[in-house]
Amino acid sequence: MNFSLEGRTYVVMGVANKRSLAWGIAKALDEAGANLIFTYLSPRFEKSVRDLAATLNQEVTHFYECDVSDDQSIEQAFASIKEDVGIIHGLAHCIAFADKDDLKGEFKNTSRDGFLTAHNISAYSLVAVSRQAEPLMTEGGSIVTLTYLGGERVVQNYNIMGVAKASLDASMKYLANDLGKANIRINAISAGPIRTLSAKGVGDFNSILKEIEAKAPLRRTVTQEEVGSNAYYLLSDLSSGVTGEIIHVDSGYSILGLV
Amino acid sequence: MADTFERVKKIVVDRLDVEEEKVTLEASFKDDLEADSLDVVELVMELEDEFDMEIADEEAENIQTVADAVNYIDSQA
Repeated sequence: MNFSLEGRTYVVMGVANKRSLAWGIAKALDEAGANLIFTYLSPRFEKSVRDLAATLNQEVTHFYECDVSDDQSIEQAFASIKEDVGIIHGLAHCIAFADKDDLKGEFKNTSRDGFLTAHNISAYSLVAVSRQAEPLMTEGGSIVTLTYLGGERVVQNYNIMGVAKASLDASMKYLANDLGKANIRINAISAGPIRTLSAKGVGDFNSILKEIEAKAPLRRTVTQEEVGSNAYYLLSDLSSGVTGEIIHVDSGYSILGLV
Repeated sequence: MADTFERVKKIVVDRLDVEEEKVTLEASFKDDLEADSLDVVELVMELEDEFDMEIADEEAENIQTVADAVNYIDSQA
């Protein structure tokens, strides 16, 4: 079995800053010897992505703007990747968005626009991106997305993002069936709460961390590095034979009933 | 107070990529230092780390100027 990712190329989407789970994944892939390509939402994020990438072992030269709410932007980004790099072996989709006002209070108050935006950016984007990435994975491949327990069960304040994650989970499974024919696997990591920019948008996030520390089987929260190493597993041949799966990297919290 | 201000200033300069002279107590993050909403959340997280404290959502919303941040941090010390 070959643990190294040398000679393989991976696209990492969704690095916002040093706390991003996408960044944890990028660091793990870099350590394993993979070549990395980064995409970012808009010029606002370009500098921080480039500054972070400069701290990796490798010299990253491929950065592309990719706004997943815009089909043309996605097509353009992957056309450029195809032209500049050719073949890719995997992709980490670490993208979600909901209006902050929809991440507190009662779910029933979600607006139509808020509902659609969350699904558009957080779930449909995986479908659109996978479709564009598939033709570049001519040697087979592996895609990882990030989901959360709030898509399986009710998590206070997670609201519309939970419903969007349920859509993401189902999309991931349908994609697994389609992409399997091309020897492309796709799985999701359901990470326990970690202090990221996105997580801070969820109402009263600090108290969620305390709940995990008190109750999760491991009695602690998980780290960005743990998400990274599990993504490495899913993006490498270590997980060959695994597709359509959701791995909970959550200190075991998701197994709990009433404790 | 002076010490808190210096530490806050350093974080603001690093995060927002602004000139040190612009970071006065009166400076508003959004209006004077051109921070967008994500910058403000990042700043709050950096302050939480630097001062080993938690800033509740309601409190974070009230932090509009550098002085607001310094005063809040000192009030928790």
